[in-house]
Amino acid sequence: MSFLEYNVKFTPTGWRKILYLNWPLIVLLIAVAGVGFLMLTSVAGGRISRWAEPQMERFALGFVLMLIVAMVPIWFWRNVSALAFGLSVLLLLFVEFFGAVGMGAQRWIDLGFMRLQPSELTKITLVMVLAAYYDWLDVTKKSHPLYVLIPLLVIALPVALTLRQPDLGTALLLLIGGGAVMFLAGVHWAYFAGVIALGVGAVFAVFTSRGTGWQLLQDYQYRRIDTFLNPSNDPLGAGYHITQSQIALGSGGWTGRGFMEGTQSRLNFLPEKHTDFIFTTLAEEFGFVGASSLLVLYLLILVFCIVIALSTRDRFAALLVMGIAVAFFLYFAVNMAMVMGLAPVVGVPLPLVSYGGSAMLVLMIAFGLVQSAHIHRPR
Amino acid sequence: MKRTVKDTEDSTRQIGRRSLFVGGLFLTMGAVLTARMRYLQVERADDFRLLAEENRINIRLLPPARGLIFDRGGVLLAANEQNYRVTLVREDAGDIDAVLAELGRIVTLDMVALERARAEIDRRPPFVPVTIADRLSWAEISAIAVNAPALPGITPEVGLSRIYPMGADLAHVVGYVGPVSDYYLEQTGDTDPVLQIPDFQVGRYNVEARMERVLRGRAGTKQVEVNAGGRVMRELDRDPPNSGGDLQLTIDAGLQNYVEARLSGESAGAVVMDCESGEILALGSTPTFDPNLFVRGISTAAWNGLNNDRYRPLANKATQGLYPPGSTYKMIVALAALEAGVITPDETVFCPGHLDVGDRRFHCWSRGGHGRVNLVESISQSCDVYFYELAQRVGIEAMSAMAKRLGCGVRHNLPLSGIAEGLAPTMQWKAQQRGAAWVVGDSLNASIGQGFVLSSPLHLAVMTARLATGRDIVPTLIRSIDGINQLPGPAADLGINAGHLQLVQRGMWQVNNDRRGTAYASRVEVADYAIAGKTGTSQVRNITAAERASGVISNADLPWERRDHALYVGYAPYDNPRYACSVIVEHGGGGSAVAAPIARDILLRAQLGEVPPASLYPANQRPDIERMHRELPILRTPPAPTGRTVRSQA
Repeated sequence: MSFLEYNVKFTPTGWRKILYLNWPLIVLLIAVAGVGFLMLTSVAGGRISRWAEPQMERFALGFVLMLIVAMVPIWFWRNVSALAFGLSVLLLLFVEFFGAVGMGAQRWIDLGFMRLQPSELTKITLVMVLAAYYDWLDVTKKSHPLYVLIPLLVIALPVALTLRQPDLGTALLLLIGGGAVMFLAGVHWAYFAGVIALGVGAVFAVFTSRGTGWQLLQDYQYRRIDTFLNPSNDPLGAGYHITQSQIALGSGGWTGRGFMEGTQSRLNFLPEKHTDFIFTTLAEEFGFVGASSLLVLYLLILVFCIVIALSTRDRFAALLVMGIAVAFFLYFAVNMAMVMGLAPVVGVPLPLVSYGGSAMLVLMIAFGLVQSAHIHRPR
Repeated sequence: MKRTVKDTEDSTRQIGRRSLFVGGLFLTMGAVLTARMRYLQVERADDFRLLAEENRINIRLLPPARGLIFDRGGVLLAANEQNYRVTLVREDAGDIDAVLAELGRIVTLDMVALERARAEIDRRPPFVPVTIADRLSWAEISAIAVNAPALPGITPEVGLSRIYPMGADLAHVVGYVGPVSDYYLEQTGDTDPVLQIPDFQVGRYNVEARMERVLRGRAGTKQVEVNAGGRVMRELDRDPPNSGGDLQLTIDAGLQNYVEARLSGESAGAVVMDCESGEILALGSTPTFDPNLFVRGISTAAWNGLNNDRYRPLANKATQGLYPPGSTYKMIVALAALEAGVITPDETVFCPGHLDVGDRRFHCWSRGGHGRVNLVESISQSCDVYFYELAQRVGIEAMSAMAKRLGCGVRHNLPLSGIAEGLAPTMQWKAQQRGAAWVVGDSLNASIGQGFVLSSPLHLAVMTARLATGRDIVPTLIRSIDGINQLPGPAADLGINAGHLQLVQRGMWQVNNDRRGTAYASRVEVADYAIAGKTGTSQVRNITAAERASGVISNADLPWERRDHALYVGYAPYDNPRYACSVIVEHGGGGSAVAAPIARDILLRAQLGEVPPASLYPANQRPDIERMHRELPILRTPPAPTGRTVRSQA
């Protein structure tokens, strides 16, 4: 029926696969990472060795991992999805119990050259396992309550574990990412309407429970919400980060103050300037032009992901690519919304730009999966 | 698991549709983020740019050096002293305890101040210097500088603090500076940013306070770039401070020193004026206090000591103290009567020792009476009955009008804290203030400077200067500001008949130089330095008829606070008046015995410019005078003019 005829024989093999990589996507990833190297150099006061160099090394490692993952046929990844998910949940359990007891409530595992956050890994493996589930599931049963409950339990497991850490931001991202895969798979919209209604009710419950015996969130999480809702209340205390980051953003103007000329970041007024708040330095030094350019790069990456998803007839591949796109989107959208005062401060890095190993490697592996789906798509 | 091709294709198409829907959500969110970016970065860019600059740029105030105060001869009365102190920067010090222990071996540290400094160190960011010790000597600061390698984080610094080289002598003229208190800000409504500088001091008393505007100067500013922690990264701009203006007072520091010394031991006040220009040469009030105590922050014990002293060292008796002027008021009454034409110079009044008016008997100080006295004799012998007679003839209104013409009962405008207005009572005043009608007895009391009449030594000195010159002499204390002359021009004539003035002056001459004069003992043997004056003894109690019958109790037998005030006013030389002087010794006893000798010494010192030699005194007094001058706590070498010292600081 379609111009896309399923023909496995047409799928490239061996080294020829390299020619069939989605090269524009790779160029976009390198461009975004390049912005990251530039900004990490700037916030280090011009010293490349401080943050930019380790970041480059990780990007190189991630790039190699991406290529390796891309070379492996997508059906192999479908077959190991459940295993990968199980492994990441085990790692989550490991940091939950051993991390808490032995290492002082840390959320990562030291691999020697980098610190691995299992919660980052889970963001991708959850998408993988859900995509594999819907690939396996008879399409007629996808909205059957029993078969809706199973993926919900799969999502609930890592969400519960990350909430216990407690890492509200990652838990919400996992929930939304998982839900997005279910939505993409075609689960009846009424479920989502119900969930949204429940969510509104939950938010209401969270606020009414404050100060009572059954308080649902930690005090510090409530304070973050307060600060988000009214940062000027406490400009030198909890609202300091949001106020200062908005000052940095706003003072950039159209074209910014110039590379390494941003006073807010140079004089340490910005918090976490090399990690979660790196976007503010970009906005301060390169202005609206620079900041919106990065946003355009991110959106182009999403566009390529959607094109890949649309051009494959493999349900697993399509759901996986779109799930990864949603996860990637959540990273940068939440981070930008946070620094611009549209969302509360949650610990979400700017993907491929913020200094940090786990997110970088996990994202590169994820794009390896996207490339694999692209190379091995049924034609 | 059966799968039909149709199912699979439907499913793939559904995934595609929903993917496009999600893609739409992506773009929507992208648009929201772009809109927010645009709002922050384009529409509100100017606001945030300003906030970023405010974050970054910190304006530091630079204190101006306070103007100096000199006496008429250039002697420094108030200066700025280099104040050596050491500060500690926590992050440079490392082990604070070890550094402080080492510092304690080199200089003696005040334990209380040290505790306060430690608390400050803990509270402030690690790079902020905290003062550890203040007012160190040059030797101490040198020792610290030599041992610098053993004292990491310790920096010797120099600031300016006020010092009064003449100490207690000029406390009641120059005053003192002190810290800026909330009370001060509230009282003055002063919003000068310089007041926010930590440890900045403002004038709190007398010239320092009243000439604050001239002396303070203008703060400079330094724009520095600071980081989020408040650490200074670099200096961007500097606007140096403007020092305050220098004041030259009319005071003669040597004479002032002599006056304070001569009055010491008594609770007394004295004013010496230049008869011609109205310049105040000395303004003494004893006991006094060291204004330097207030600059450093006076201890509670010292403050209580000053405050509870019954001689009231904190009060300026020369300008704030109001006393019944006693017989020193009689020249006013005499002139009022002469000008009104109710008495002629030759007319005599018989004094039997008292005068009955209605059913009250008014006594003369001389119980036996003076017999027949004319105007000149009445002044020289201070006959009360003569003035009772004049008071009845001329009336209180003319007397008070003459008092005000001669500078009594009016507020003189001097840059001092608290200038008493005094009182030259009128019928209207009594009706308003006391709600009673004026009676003739009130006039009689007023005629001998008792009753309602109140004057300060300043009033009496102005009166004396005007009597001596016949001109409207206005007292003044500021000679120049930054070298620009502030003295008023020649004083206008008072318009009093010269003949009448000469009569009064003759009477005053006889006070000191006529054998029957009340201050004959306080005469000067050399005509060139001859003094004319008037004694006064003012009662602070009523003498009852019973006491008078049994003999008035002598002052020596009374408790101090009930004894009479001793007063004297005078000028010299008689022929060519240059200096006018008033002296009041609180509860000192008789004016002729106590106040007149002091005034003679002061007037001689003023005329000679040095401690008067005994040869000017009557022969029989010379040994006592020589001994007195030997024991007098004065500066043996007059203070030397020092000129300008430190003017500005970094």
